[in-house]
Amino acid sequence: MVQELLFGVYIFVLAVFVGFELISKIPPILHTPLMSGSNAISGITIVGAMIATSHASSFILQALAFTAVVFAVLNVVGGYLITDRMLRMFKKKSP
Amino acid sequence: MSTLISLAYLSAAVLFMLGLKQLSSVETARTGNLLSLTGMGLAICATALKLSGQNLPLLLGAAALGTLLGTVSALRAPMTAMPQMVALFNGFGGGASALVAVLEFYKEFGRLAPLSCVTIFLSAFVGWITLTGSLVAFGKLQGILSGKPILLPGRHLQLVMILSGILALGVYQTVAGPQPPAFLALCALSILLGVLLVIPIGGADMPVVISLLNSYSGIAVALTGFVLFNHALIITGSLVGASGLILTRIMCKAMNRSLAHVLFGGFGTEASGAAPGASTGGGVKEATPQDAVTVLENSRHLIIVPGYGMAVAQAQYAVRDLARALEGKGVAVQYAIHPVAGRMPGHMNVLLAEANVPYDQLFDLDQINDRFAQTDAALIVGANDVVNPAAKEEPASPIYGMPILNAQAARTVIVLKRSLNPGFAGIENALFTRPNTLMVFGDAKKTLTQMASILKQE
Repeated sequence: MVQELLFGVYIFVLAVFVGFELISKIPPILHTPLMSGSNAISGITIVGAMIATSHASSFILQALAFTAVVFAVLNVVGGYLITDRMLRMFKKKSP
Repeated sequence: MSTLISLAYLSAAVLFMLGLKQLSSVETARTGNLLSLTGMGLAICATALKLSGQNLPLLLGAAALGTLLGTVSALRAPMTAMPQMVALFNGFGGGASALVAVLEFYKEFGRLAPLSCVTIFLSAFVGWITLTGSLVAFGKLQGILSGKPILLPGRHLQLVMILSGILALGVYQTVAGPQPPAFLALCALSILLGVLLVIPIGGADMPVVISLLNSYSGIAVALTGFVLFNHALIITGSLVGASGLILTRIMCKAMNRSLAHVLFGGFGTEASGAAPGASTGGGVKEATPQDAVTVLENSRHLIIVPGYGMAVAQAQYAVRDLARALEGKGVAVQYAIHPVAGRMPGHMNVLLAEANVPYDQLFDLDQINDRFAQTDAALIVGANDVVNPAAKEEPASPIYGMPILNAQAARTVIVLKRSLNPGFAGIENALFTRPNTLMVFGDAKKTLTQMASILKQE
């Protein structure tokens, strides 16, 4: 248990460093798509919502699980669509 | 099977990182987003393989509803509404994480080890704050709530009390074993805390708050990863958390304020004793659109400075039309974009891109600031504080020290503004009374359209 948690902390710390490296290179012009794109990525919590749904036993828990999945899917679908909509607009000088 | 699933999660995490890497250039950004979407699909499929099949109709129904709502809202929102849409989706992500924590609490109830208690409480705490904080931010940006800072009496004390309440409930349950009433109280206090944290923050500070909430949603995901021992969630959550933190830092730097000051300072209330010597009203040179056109068409080089006012007036297309008409007369046009112009990082860039302004004409503060001194004209469209020379010249000003666009150095400065009302913080702007400044009052979109049509008639 403690070992497993500690391993998780290792991964967390390393990933934060990777994140800092990756994100610092993104130019200010793309900061809004970056926000909405990373926001879409954080919709990965859908994985948790799916697993939790498959365990929900009572009606109340099922209702909560349903809400969790709706929220997470909204986050994923809306996030990716909006990011794509924005990125499509960026164009170089037209001839 | 479980090895395969773990490998799929790893691939998803790698795809997210590659996707973010591709975002470092406009040419590859769209592919990057698709890579990241592929990673998401992979993670979802891998998880589906793991499920027992219980509550499948419930899951599919929820997925269908979420897809429908997400698609409709993402496709219908106008570009000017991007800050509130991002805030909203962000909040939903946080809410999902919080709900997962609640579900885990009840599933494992009775078997919860103290360490699992800690991760579940943290995950619920951050998740709920993200949800309600983002919803308040959404309300402010959408105009449902007042964009002005709402300052409750004794708010610092309230925050301290709520935080200690949450801490006490968490520690108590970790030691004495989990108890549903105490857990629900912890959730309720976190929900309240999210509201109270964002409600005192004014509209112009929104770029900081949205970035911070973005970071929270990442942290919430990583904590969910700790609850479920899922490494894909931990990696992804920390990427997003880091991204939000970097943006928060950039936004704070661009305003020369500390994060603590943005969150607890209640900006815009103490500024009534504004900078001395910058009295407006006297010395303002008012000009007509015709005068402005005369200056602009006789310039060789023009820098346009857009601000939140451009978004409010939906004037990005009018700006582009005028810029094109001027380019037709041989004027070189560039855009100077301050990091905190608008309501979220990069807000102006997206609006100008929407209006088909080529992105190689958009420059940020550091890239363009030295060029104002050599430029013939600067056209300020709905920007105020980001061009206020008080930030450089008046130590008494609340924005003193904030890096500003050096627009006043241009030979002529033309300011399009609705009225002489000062900016969000009530700070007067000495730029408006400079001898080289012309003020054109009125709705920015109308003025710009008028200017473009004058140019075309000539």
